[in-house]
Amino acid sequence: MNAVEMIGITKRFPGIVANDNIHLTVKKGEIHALLGENGAGKSTLMNILFGLYQPDEGEIRIHEKKVTITGPTMANKLGIGMVHQHFMLVQPFTVTENIILGDERTSSGFIDYKKAEQEIQKLSDQYGLKVNPRAKIADISVGMQQRVEILKTLYRGAEIIIFDEPTAVLTPQEIDELMAIMRNLVKEGKTIIFITHKLKEIMSVCDRVTIIRRGKVIDTVNVADTNENQLAALMVGREVSFEVIKEEAKPTRTVLEVKNLVVEDQRGVPVVNGLDLEVRAGEIVGIAGVDGNGQSELIEAITGLMPIKQGKISLNGKNVAHLKADKGTRARRITEAGVGHIPEDRHKRGLVLDFGINENMVLQNYYQSPFSKGWTIQYDEVNKYANRLIEEFDVRTPSHETLARSLSGGNQQKAIIAREIDRNPDLLIAAQPTRGLDVGAIEFIHRRIVEHRDKGKAVLLVSFELDEILKLSDRIAVIYEGKIIGWVDPKTTTEEELGLLMAGRAKKEGQ
Amino acid sequence: MSQLNKQSTIVTALISIFLGIVVGAIAMQLAGYNAITAYQALFQGSLFQAFDLGETIRTTTPLILAGLSVAIAFRTGLFNIGVEGQMIIAQLSALIVGIKLNLPPGLHAIVAVLVGGIAGALWAFLPGFLKAVRGVHEVIICIMMNFIALYLSNVLIRNWLTESGADSTPKISPNASLRVDFLSEMFDHSRIHLGIVIALLMAFVMYYLLWRTKLGYELRAVGYNPYAAEYAGMNVKRNIIVSMLISGFFAGLAGAGEVLGTHGYIAIQSAFTGIGFDGIAVALLGANTPIGVIFSALLFGVLTYGSQNMEHMAQVPPELIRVVVAAIIFFVAANISGKLLDVVKTKRRAKES
Repeated sequence: MNAVEMIGITKRFPGIVANDNIHLTVKKGEIHALLGENGAGKSTLMNILFGLYQPDEGEIRIHEKKVTITGPTMANKLGIGMVHQHFMLVQPFTVTENIILGDERTSSGFIDYKKAEQEIQKLSDQYGLKVNPRAKIADISVGMQQRVEILKTLYRGAEIIIFDEPTAVLTPQEIDELMAIMRNLVKEGKTIIFITHKLKEIMSVCDRVTIIRRGKVIDTVNVADTNENQLAALMVGREVSFEVIKEEAKPTRTVLEVKNLVVEDQRGVPVVNGLDLEVRAGEIVGIAGVDGNGQSELIEAITGLMPIKQGKISLNGKNVAHLKADKGTRARRITEAGVGHIPEDRHKRGLVLDFGINENMVLQNYYQSPFSKGWTIQYDEVNKYANRLIEEFDVRTPSHETLARSLSGGNQQKAIIAREIDRNPDLLIAAQPTRGLDVGAIEFIHRRIVEHRDKGKAVLLVSFELDEILKLSDRIAVIYEGKIIGWVDPKTTTEEELGLLMAGRAKKEGQ
Repeated sequence: MSQLNKQSTIVTALISIFLGIVVGAIAMQLAGYNAITAYQALFQGSLFQAFDLGETIRTTTPLILAGLSVAIAFRTGLFNIGVEGQMIIAQLSALIVGIKLNLPPGLHAIVAVLVGGIAGALWAFLPGFLKAVRGVHEVIICIMMNFIALYLSNVLIRNWLTESGADSTPKISPNASLRVDFLSEMFDHSRIHLGIVIALLMAFVMYYLLWRTKLGYELRAVGYNPYAAEYAGMNVKRNIIVSMLISGFFAGLAGAGEVLGTHGYIAIQSAFTGIGFDGIAVALLGANTPIGVIFSALLFGVLTYGSQNMEHMAQVPPELIRVVVAAIIFFVAANISGKLLDVVKTKRRAKES
């Protein structure tokens, strides 16, 4: 019995065919992965199944009955639930209140919280979710919040549950637990569609996988008959290497030197507290640490976006800590002094989403020649430049005027990296450069970062992905509570050693 | 993509206007008037004769400038609800120049217009400055500044600018007037004046400024995403102030045009004219684009001026036209047309399958 059949689905957006004659069959009781790069069309396809978009062509059958899904309410009625990547929860509400929101069952006009609570408790126990129905969303972990999203679909009687990149926000332990929950769900007769680009997860939990590339179905295979390398090749359309190939670093002069830096947050709490750091030309220094130990503030202080309380920051031997903004802002003076910055949040800092790609490409140098002449912007030059970067950095966009908003995450990130690397900065600061991206894009970005190092430039990498830090860095500094508490060599260290350091256990002398 | 957006805004606006007119018709019928006669009178009375056409353009002129004023502030993420007050101060300043100075024809008008524009800009400076430096919400300051402007203007008119006891000021020097003979004659001695040329010119200035200059690039970046603007090394605070200055300048020109072109004097006002507030609606309907503002101002001009004729010719009170205006704004703001289009599309699909 097939739970879902999508037959010949085509969906066009201006300038792009997001889904091109897609066929997808999901059997009842299986975990079916939907694998594809960012922007391949997975989310569009699932949004069609969930009724958020209408297909231009094709038909959908649920439990072998033809349907037209006009919206999420209708999808719910058909037994389709979706766990979104970005949670749809009201923070100050309790778990129960969130779950019944939009489906409040009343008795004589009042909401029957007690009954709802009991029912949620029952569902939670049945699937081993361990959720407390009375807890407030604001008080529970991200992993728990995701389970609340799962409960929401179960409470509405979902038989088919779509998970949209559910592991992007989870810690490794939480990912293991989620996999166990998925297996439980299937055991109880549910059907799962799992959107992801993480191959490991597919191998560990899925039954079958459908690979989508550039809006087309490439293949559907049994997970038992395949392996990670084959899947990666199918997804990207070529062989992918998981290893970063780089030669021994040949560091030379010091580019960035940070001495006894103190940065306070808005409440006046020192979040960077007496930090020392040195990055030399021709090397990649990785900063490892648990989120919230002062990484963001360190970067904002170096790039001039946050005021410095105390300490010294030198670039190429020149102190920039208190660079006066006699012309433009401190951020601009530091950029001009030779710093490129790939910000950790591409939507907040990195892009003006409602600007076209062309206007985003010159965000750091729109005021310089040739992009600007007198008080005007020379759009011919801007477009020429943007087109060159789009080509060189393989940014997939219908045109240079396309709004940054409508590109996929991977292509947005490529655009930022193009902009920052092409200016050839002496110091490249890369914060979370591959967050949320697929293997193809990660490989590309890692290669570009190593290339930049090989040109004799300095790179400062901040990442919460240990894997990434270990693969890319020539030296690793571990940050804890606003200080660098130890340096390790990525070739000789182990994840255990790093893990201990990141938890604040400083290295002992002579070790 | 942007092409599509533009199209859909025009479609949105047209559907909203149509729905607004329908709602107005229903209101008229319910109130016991004949809607068809009323609308006939409205359009006939505003567009068919040279005099009426001139008066319609005259009504449209300050609406264009007020709309541009609101639109350019919106583009930088600011809500300039103080256009009304900026217009009043500009009017007053232009009038003082018009009465007190003695300059050759032409030059006198130019100076008066510029002084009006600058006065409007300065009146808008304070809310912009407080927003940028202290983070005070511009809407609150703007609203308070509106009242200060209104009563300051009244005090000055009563105590300084009028002969004792009069309710209105003397007329400006003819040298400072924006009326020109050939325009007046072309439109059968209506009060049309050169303000319309200034308004259209400013629409072009806004387009050029926002989409062709460095400053415009910065203003839009700050409006869309101040964090990214800061990252790019732009001075966000300065841009907020500059945006309010430009917005106030447009509002000031609207006020200057009213006194130098339309009226020639100012009377003591018991309440706001409402042109500044209509500017918000004009900007909204015009999707904050210069060309959109011109057309939506024209529509508002037709409705406003035509409603007076409607009263004479069809005995329908002009207040009913405010119902039409309100309904149009409601349909635009609630994006009713977008929802209607979706429903139509879904139905069509359901029928096909």
